[in-house]
Amino acid sequence: MSSSGEWPLWEVFVRSRRGLSHTHAGSIHAADATMALRNARDVYTRRGEGSSIWVVPASAITASSPDEKDPFFDPAADKVYRHPTFYDIPDEVRNL
Amino acid sequence: MDPTEALEEHFRRTVEGEQRIEPRDWMPDAYRATLVRQIAQHAHSEIIGMQPEGNWITRAPSLRRKAILMAKVQDEAGHGLYLYAAAETLGTSRDQLLDLLHRGRQKYSSIFNYPTLTWADVGAIGWLVDGAAITNQIPLCRCSYGPYARAMTRICKEESFHQRQGFELLHTLSHGTAAQLAMAQDAVNRWWWPSLMMFGPPDAESAHGARSAAWRIKRHSNDELRQRFVDMTVPQSEVLGVSLPDPELRWNAERGHYDFGALDWEEFRAVVRGDGPCNRQRLAHRVAAHEEGAWVREAALAYAEKRRREPAA
Ligand SMILES: [Fe+2]
Ligand SMILES: [Fe+2]
Repeated sequence: MSSSGEWPLWEVFVRSRRGLSHTHAGSIHAADATMALRNARDVYTRRGEGSSIWVVPASAITASSPDEKDPFFDPAADKVYRHPTFYDIPDEVRNL
Repeated sequence: MDPTEALEEHFRRTVEGEQRIEPRDWMPDAYRATLVRQIAQHAHSEIIGMQPEGNWITRAPSLRRKAILMAKVQDEAGHGLYLYAAAETLGTSRDQLLDLLHRGRQKYSSIFNYPTLTWADVGAIGWLVDGAAITNQIPLCRCSYGPYARAMTRICKEESFHQRQGFELLHTLSHGTAAQLAMAQDAVNRWWWPSLMMFGPPDAESAHGARSAAWRIKRHSNDELRQRFVDMTVPQSEVLGVSLPDPELRWNAERGHYDFGALDWEEFRAVVRGDGPCNRQRLAHRVAAHEEGAWVREAALAYAEKRRREPAA
């Protein structure tokens, strides 16, 4: 089969148990969404690792550049006042 | 500093700082090529490795053993899929990798070119071959390339059942009738040396060792890992009550390790070259499975396409 006939790529996200968010597990190939879910179940949850699965066409994901030096994340770098440790509170104050 | 130098410097510092490289990061071309080759070879080994054991599924001696063996072979398929997915993050397609395997342009582990002659071979493979694979794979969980390291973590978790079921199988045989013990011993005799060869050529002849170490892809040398495996396995063989086929094998108190005899590297090179007992059979079987499955892949795509055009009422 030529590479143009390759099944599309899907990214797989698994919720391991109730109360946790879905986490990226890996990817699989499948012809459609139903098959993608079944393949994801067989590949990534053979030992009860999941209580819920999302599959997303890999082509539908828009990603930022992963390089942490990327200026994309600069706006967060100089706003120390977003962290609780930025504030001076008298020592005797409790529960704050 | 020119831009490439700055990128190289950033890459080097990331790797040396024990940070992971992720798919969209800049990386040297040679790092990418090395990883594709290594991960693909690893993935191919997982799926070709289904054949020697798959050979015994229909003849497993009990329903319990049959269910275990099916689960193990299915796991190996899963391992292949995790690894192909990791290789694809480096910009190659699954079809390309399979095509390279089918044309003999990429290798798989030589161990799978040996035949499984008796039921005891299933035990010897689990104990020795999976055992050697685990020894090789545990350090790869900390490999510098994120997707490979994550795939390896998942694989290592699953491998421990593979080794234990093999040990249990052999233990049952070696504590059974005299004929069963002889069968277990024969399997161990045949699989011992090829298992030691799974760690690759001696360090002095290993082609890319130093560079892979600098890139934090490989963390221990072939000889180091081989020694580690021998040291772990000899005491296990005593519990099994089988001997290992090496007259030079003995504890060396001074080194704190077992000494062992020289490996037959001529045999190793012959099997890598394609002249092992089952090379042609393994590849022919793989290619046939792929070609005979083509209509299924095409039909599934055609069905998905049809559904897209006319959604169900
Ligand atoms: Fe495996
Ligand atoms: Fe395994």
